[in-house]
Amino acid sequence: MSTLPQTETRTVRFGVVIFPGSNCDADSHDAVGTFAAAAARYLWHKDTGLDGLDCVILPGGFSYGDYLRSGAIARFSPIMEAVTRFAADGGLVIGICNGFQILLESGLLPGAIHRNQALKFVCRLVSLRVENATTPFTNKYNQGQVIRVPIAHMEGNYFIDAPGLASLEQHKQIVVRYCDESGSATKEANPNGSLANIAGVCNREGNVFGLMPHPERVCDPVVGGADGRGVFASIINSITQART
Amino acid sequence: MKAKVYITPKKGILDPQGAAIEHALPALGFGGVANVRVGKYIELDLSGRDGSDEVDKMCKKLLANPIIEDFKFELVPD
Repeated sequence: MSTLPQTETRTVRFGVVIFPGSNCDADSHDAVGTFAAAAARYLWHKDTGLDGLDCVILPGGFSYGDYLRSGAIARFSPIMEAVTRFAADGGLVIGICNGFQILLESGLLPGAIHRNQALKFVCRLVSLRVENATTPFTNKYNQGQVIRVPIAHMEGNYFIDAPGLASLEQHKQIVVRYCDESGSATKEANPNGSLANIAGVCNREGNVFGLMPHPERVCDPVVGGADGRGVFASIINSITQART
Repeated sequence: MKAKVYITPKKGILDPQGAAIEHALPALGFGGVANVRVGKYIELDLSGRDGSDEVDKMCKKLLANPIIEDFKFELVPD
């Protein structure tokens, strides 16, 4: 498997997990590579070591064919035990799309995902409002900033019970919400029926983040946008800051 | 024993598949149908064991997601 040249300047180390059926692993890997301070390497789902990594990415795709429920089987992959320990030790973990579903199924994030309300696969650019710009994944955005990021999913309809939602609000765990271009989280701007327009949440400690949209697909203006760069820049920033 | 496991969307959770079917039925002349819920049915053999507790754990840990799904099961002789 390919690895970016790890020079002295590329000190922030990302690992991208490949499950059988992952298909956004290369996008995530290459997005990281566009940052001079970072390097990414691939991890196989049977790996059990995360030595030397600063951040683990669970990429999008259809792990294990989405059998039973999206993410339900992947959570039993050997690497997920290592990811769980890594997260418990404070390591940064980000799950994108199917990666978010895996984090929910494994209990690393609260809530669950079910079928889009309109029963359709939705693939388009959406607007997101940054609800919490203090997390390690969003500190390079401004509070309330509206960014344009693509979604591509059939099952992105986030659900949590009422006490769970109140707890998310109270602890500022709702990180991004679907909104219109002016930043209003309206029903019309909700592409999949997610409760309270939730597009992404973090754990209470703030070191595990999952979202349905794909920031790694908008890291270069050549492919239609660069609004996703802030996610990776934030991670690199928070890791660099923690070292000084 | 054989376990027959039934998984359905939790009460109160919107089931878009069920709603779509509910809207389609009157178009075929089947009126007066309500609360259509679409779920899953899973069968498994327990190789001779009477594993009620075991199946309950399987459902909670893997077969159903308790946040969005209810389950029930029955054990029948092979």
